[in-house]
Amino acid sequence: MATESRSNTTTVPPWPVVGTLCQRELVRFLRQKNRVFGALGQPIIFWLLFGAGLGGAKVGTDSLGYAHFFPGTLVMILLFTAIFATISIIEDRREGFLQGVLVAPIPRWAMVLGKVFGGTAIAMLQGIVFLLLGLIASKLDWFKVIDTTATGLIAALLLMFVVSVALTGLGFLIAWRMDSTQGFHAIMSVFLLPMWLLSGAFFPMDVGGWLGWIIRINPLTYGVAGLRYYLQNVDATTAHLPTPVTCWIVSLAFAGLILAADCWIAGKRTTADLL
Amino acid sequence: MSTSPAVEIAQLAYWYGDREAIHDLSLSIAQREIFAILGPNGSGKTTLFRVLSTLIPLQQGEVRILGHNLRTDAAAIRSQLGIVFQSPSIDKKLTVMENVVHHGRLYGLGGRELHTRADEMLTRLGLADRKRELVEKLSGGLRRRVELATGMLHRPRLLLLDEPSTGLDPGARSDLWQYLEQVRESDGVTVLVTTHLLDEAQRADRIAIMHAGNLAALDTPVALQAAVGGDAITIRTNDPAALASDIERQLSANAKVVDGSVRLEQANGHQWIARLVEAFPDRIESITLGKPTLEDVFIHFTGHRFWSDPQPENETGGRKKRKRH
Repeated sequence: MATESRSNTTTVPPWPVVGTLCQRELVRFLRQKNRVFGALGQPIIFWLLFGAGLGGAKVGTDSLGYAHFFPGTLVMILLFTAIFATISIIEDRREGFLQGVLVAPIPRWAMVLGKVFGGTAIAMLQGIVFLLLGLIASKLDWFKVIDTTATGLIAALLLMFVVSVALTGLGFLIAWRMDSTQGFHAIMSVFLLPMWLLSGAFFPMDVGGWLGWIIRINPLTYGVAGLRYYLQNVDATTAHLPTPVTCWIVSLAFAGLILAADCWIAGKRTTADLL
Repeated sequence: MSTSPAVEIAQLAYWYGDREAIHDLSLSIAQREIFAILGPNGSGKTTLFRVLSTLIPLQQGEVRILGHNLRTDAAAIRSQLGIVFQSPSIDKKLTVMENVVHHGRLYGLGGRELHTRADEMLTRLGLADRKRELVEKLSGGLRRRVELATGMLHRPRLLLLDEPSTGLDPGARSDLWQYLEQVRESDGVTVLVTTHLLDEAQRADRIAIMHAGNLAALDTPVALQAAVGGDAITIRTNDPAALASDIERQLSANAKVVDGSVRLEQANGHQWIARLVEAFPDRIESITLGKPTLEDVFIHFTGHRFWSDPQPENETGGRKKRKRH
C-alpha cells in the first residue's frame, strides 16, 4: 500500500531554489556540446528535407515548402528540448541528483518550476537560434520563411515561451511516474510525436475528417498557428487558422493546467517517489 | 544540552505493496551518538534510512526526530538533516563548488554566508584546491567527500548516511570514519550510518543489527560480542545434522547447524578443537576457531549467516533475497 502525505509549509525561501535549479539545467546543457547539436540538428535537417522534398506540392489551398514547415520545426525544437530536459528526471530520481532535491526543505512547487523553467530556458535558446536562421535566410532571399514586424517577433517569442512551458511541463508530468527511460520513449513515439504531427506543423489545418478534428482539439495546434500568424503574416481566415486571440487563450490555458497538474502530482509524497 | 534522544522509533512498520520490509521496529538513538544499522541486503536498513530521511512517508508506527513528530512535522525535520545517499546525488557536470553552492540554496543558505561556509567545508574536507573541477573528473573517494561537504553544509544536527563506504577503498573508508568522529566531537552531530560491512559497524558507538525487517540485536560492539559467550568453532562436514547430534551426545556440547556447517560457541575454544578432532577424526573436513566477530554475533541472534549461500542445502527452489529493501 502506498501512502501519501501532503507537503506542508517550509522555511526555505523558494525563489532562490527555483533559480538554482534553473541555473543547473542551463549550465549542464551548455557543458554538453552534443546535446546542443543534437536538439537543434535534427529539426533543422528535417526542415530542409521536408522543404526540399515536398516543396511545390499543394494540399488544398496550402502549399508545402520551407515556409510552411518553418513554424512547425520551431515547435519541434521546443518539443525535443522538453523531452531531453524531462527524461533525465527518471534516472536522477532513483540514483542521482534529484534524491537530494526530494529531501530538501523546499516546497515541491519550487522544484517543479525550477525544472520547467530550466527546460524552457534551454528551449528558448535553441528556438531563438533557429529563428535567427530563418530571419537570415529570409533577408538573404534563400528561403522566404519569415515576414514579420518587430512587434510580431516579440509576440512570437512570448508565445514560444508559453508553448515551451507547456511542453516541458507535459514532459515532467509523463516522466514523474515513469520508472524507466524506455517507458518514456514509448510514450514519446505514441503520444508526443503524433501530437506534433497533428498540430498543423506538418499537415495543413484544413485537412478534413477525423484528422482535422484531432488537429482542432490538440492544444499544440494553437501554438503553431499563433507562430505562423506572427512570423509569417498570414491572414487568419484565408489560411483557416484560429484567431490570434484563440491561440493565446488556448496556449495559456494549456500551460497553466499542465503546471498545476505538475505541482499537484509532485506535491504528493508517495512510495512512488522512489521508483 | 538536552538529553532527549535524537531519534525515537516506536513500532515502525513498512510495506512495499504486499511485502513487509520493516516489522515492528523500536529503537532510540542518543544525541551525539555514532549509530550503525547493520544488516545484509534485504534486511530493511535502507528502508529505515528512507523513512528517517523523509524520502518516503511514515506508514505505521511513531517516529520522533530531534523532538519533532515525523508524521506531522516532516518539513521542520528536513532542514535539520544532512543526508548522504548511497548513489551519488551530486551533479557530475557541475564543479565541486557549484554543487556545494547549489545544495546550500536548497537549504536556504545564500549570499556571502553561503560562499564562506562552502569554502570552509571544502577546506575541511581537503577539497579546496579542486573546487573548480568538474565532479566527473574526481575519484570515487573525492566525490564522496563532496557529498559529505554538502551533507554538513547547513549545520544539521543529524547526519544520515546510507552505505557511505560503497565504492571506497580502505584508505578512503578510514578517512570517512575519521571525519564522522570529528564532526561528532566538534559539531555535536548525531550520526546514523547504514552498512553491510561488519568491520565498519564496529567503529560505531552502538549497533542495531537488522535481519529480514526485524531488529535482531542492539548494543555496543563490545557487549554484542560478549553476548556470543566464547569462541566460535565452525566445522565443515558431509553430514552436519548427524555430526551435530553426535557432538551433543558424546561431548555434551551445544552444537547447531547453521547454513550447512556445524557451529559451537565455547569458552577455551582451543581445547575444544583438540577434543573434536580426536573424537571425530574422519568426519571433519575443516575446523575453524575464531574470536567472536560481528558475524558470529549476527548468527547468534538471528540463526543465519550474514552472507547466505545462494543455494542453501536441503531447500528446493530457494530464491535469492530481493535486492530492494
